[in-house]
Amino acid sequence: MLMPAGSSDLYEKRKGVYPKAVDGFYRRLKWAIMAVTLAIYWVTPWLRWDRGPYAPDQAVLVDLAHRRFYMFAIEIWPHEFYYVAGLLIMAGIGLFLVTSAVGRAWCGYACPQTVWTDLYQHVERFTDGDRNAQIRLAKAPWSAAKIARRLAKWSIWLGIAFATGGAWIFYFADAPRLSHDFWAGSAAPVAYATVAVLTATTLLLGGFMREQVCIYMCPWPRIQTAMLDEKSLVVTYKDWRGEQRGSVKKAQAKPDLFGDCIDCNQCVAVCPTGIDIREGAQVGCITCALCIDACDKVMAQVGRPRGLIDYCTQEDAEAEKQGAAPRPVLKTLLRPRTLAYAAVWLSIGAAMLFALGARTRIDIAAQQDRNPIFVRLSDGAIRNAYMVKVRNMEARPRPVTVAVEGLPGAMLWTDAMPREQAAATVTATVPADSVAKLRLFIAAPAPGPQRQDFAFTVRATDREGGGDREPARFERP
Amino acid sequence: MADGQDKKIDAATGTELKGHEWDGIAELDTPLPRWWLWTFYATIIFAIGYVIAYPAIPMLHDYTRGMLGWSSRGALDKELAAREAEIAPLRRAIADTAITDLPGKPQLMQAAVEGGRAAFKVHCVQCHGSGAAGAKGYPNLNDDDWLWGGDLATIEKTITDGVRNPNHDATRVSMMPAFGRDQLLTSAQVNDVVAHVRVISRQDKASAASQRGTQVFADNCAVCHGPDGKGTRALGAPNLTDGIWLYGGDAETIHETVWNSRQGVMPRWDDKLDKATIRMLATYVHSLGGGEATPVDETADNEATARP
Ligand code: SF4
Ligand code: SF4
Repeated sequence: MLMPAGSSDLYEKRKGVYPKAVDGFYRRLKWAIMAVTLAIYWVTPWLRWDRGPYAPDQAVLVDLAHRRFYMFAIEIWPHEFYYVAGLLIMAGIGLFLVTSAVGRAWCGYACPQTVWTDLYQHVERFTDGDRNAQIRLAKAPWSAAKIARRLAKWSIWLGIAFATGGAWIFYFADAPRLSHDFWAGSAAPVAYATVAVLTATTLLLGGFMREQVCIYMCPWPRIQTAMLDEKSLVVTYKDWRGEQRGSVKKAQAKPDLFGDCIDCNQCVAVCPTGIDIREGAQVGCITCALCIDACDKVMAQVGRPRGLIDYCTQEDAEAEKQGAAPRPVLKTLLRPRTLAYAAVWLSIGAAMLFALGARTRIDIAAQQDRNPIFVRLSDGAIRNAYMVKVRNMEARPRPVTVAVEGLPGAMLWTDAMPREQAAATVTATVPADSVAKLRLFIAAPAPGPQRQDFAFTVRATDREGGGDREPARFERP
Repeated sequence: MADGQDKKIDAATGTELKGHEWDGIAELDTPLPRWWLWTFYATIIFAIGYVIAYPAIPMLHDYTRGMLGWSSRGALDKELAAREAEIAPLRRAIADTAITDLPGKPQLMQAAVEGGRAAFKVHCVQCHGSGAAGAKGYPNLNDDDWLWGGDLATIEKTITDGVRNPNHDATRVSMMPAFGRDQLLTSAQVNDVVAHVRVISRQDKASAASQRGTQVFADNCAVCHGPDGKGTRALGAPNLTDGIWLYGGDAETIHETVWNSRQGVMPRWDDKLDKATIRMLATYVHSLGGGEATPVDETADNEATARP
């Protein structure tokens, strides 16, 4: 294929990014968020929560084998998956809210890709030194010293990656037991495979892909870009204040020609994605705000006001350009769009909490046999059969009574008893935290409508009581 | 395109444009990251490895088998064999437990019922239907009416030896005469006895004919069906007073039954199925809703234990 003269290459080599260490308000905020998120990730599976003898005592547990989801006092059954769906919807709307208010704050602070990349970059500074030393080392030919440094870095990275991949599996099984089994070599193969895959991806994405994930692989920047509007806070280089760039010396000579930016390139040096924010808002900016810290420091050194690079909405940028004073952040946060998102978010949360509080922990479902639909008995009565499932969602066995409503003359019995013992109700004990399946026969007199609607009822007969009802149908020839 | 004048630069991104445009939408000439290319090469290498390792290329009469020798059919066979091996002890336990002892072992009993459900779908549905609801001449196994008996051991015996299976001594046999065809009764007598049967099954009110039929019944039918028409299970003679009819309870069908007799046949299964499968089938049929308790009767006990 012929390439037009002067055209760029089809493929571009990754440009190394060696972000410089920086200190400041946002850097400290990032430290704090990193500490909290990593702690949540690593500690959560080890928290215990007493649920009595019949249920696991792990505070947060996704029990795939038994299809249960435990989260502290809340236990979710598969048929209650709408709570999980609700949580996902809340997470989605929460991101809308955050994005419309503070732009790509998720990307800049809380995204695992960002947090782990940040962690890996600190390791890199620890083994290789800061930006300049890193650049020098990257350019240096392979030597024993370079190999030693690389090995040191990669093994720390690998250790973190393994700890990351390893912690994941503890969310899906009893953590202490699994950890014991894991080291003893007796855990399920899928556990080892999961750890291997997640270790590899953590190492690759955090150590080597980094900003490439944000720029080329992640769909989220595109979605967020679409959700930002002119009232969202984004990291902005205030070009009307900074241009024309020039050194302090030049500015002293011709004060009215030059702006505040001294062209020291610190904002570029600290940027974890290696971009120049002074070129304007761009998809490569994850709004980590480290360039704000860097620039503020420089401004302090040269005795100019902070905030040459700062969080600023597009609308305010336009206004400030015209000479208006900067608006307080709170004013930009509280606006109809963010309030609407917040209202929706809160009402879904409140509705779910209410539903959680009001949900019954016992329920009944019935499915009529379709083949055959009805059976004529020798005394002339008609029998229908049902698979009745009584769910006991409490962590203790419960005695229940199953009865029918609206089916005159109906007699019930199960496949575990002869018809002679048929009665108006059937009793059973549902084991803790499980579903009792009853194959229930109902015989009713032959005269009657061809299809008769009635209802199954279940009532817990222990002190706490509670019950449920399920419509069903009785059919005759 | 080759001369630099055609080149346009997008103002917002500073990236060169490809040069084409549709309705104002132009394409940026952004280079792909190089690692993207590597992943492409990696997929090619993976594909080559896959083709070598697994069945892949169709040939004229065959296909390349791959070095690993894997096939989906082979994988299925392996899984089935593993499953067979897994349930073998269960089958053995079922075969070794007398059917009357199964209800005392709920777990084994449940396994037997489930196994029977599967076996029924293969061997029995042709006559008794997929829901075991039967058809005209083929009994409904869901109801509580049994020709030969509905307890576990009796059902097992029926399945084992069949009913009127030719050339099999142990099979269940009984012979209803063709009263009309063989001129054992006159046409009028047949009509009378039909009327009587309609009365004892509470379908018709007593009439002159039915009264005459009472005597005909006592003389010809009671020996098998019992004096009150409630049937005799040892002979497979159905209860004529209940609501269930194998061929039909209307006057015309009863007449046809009396005139030509009925000789339903069910094959023996002990020459086709192993003991465990038959036992499982019996428990399944028993579980359908009409199963009866094992009688404390001596003879039934002997029958159950007499079988090897
Ligand atoms: S431009 Fe600034 S805010 Fe954006 S990613 Fe780089 S350092 Fe972070
Ligand atoms: S850190 Fe501030 S002063 Fe230095 S180049 Fe960046 S914007 Fe200009």
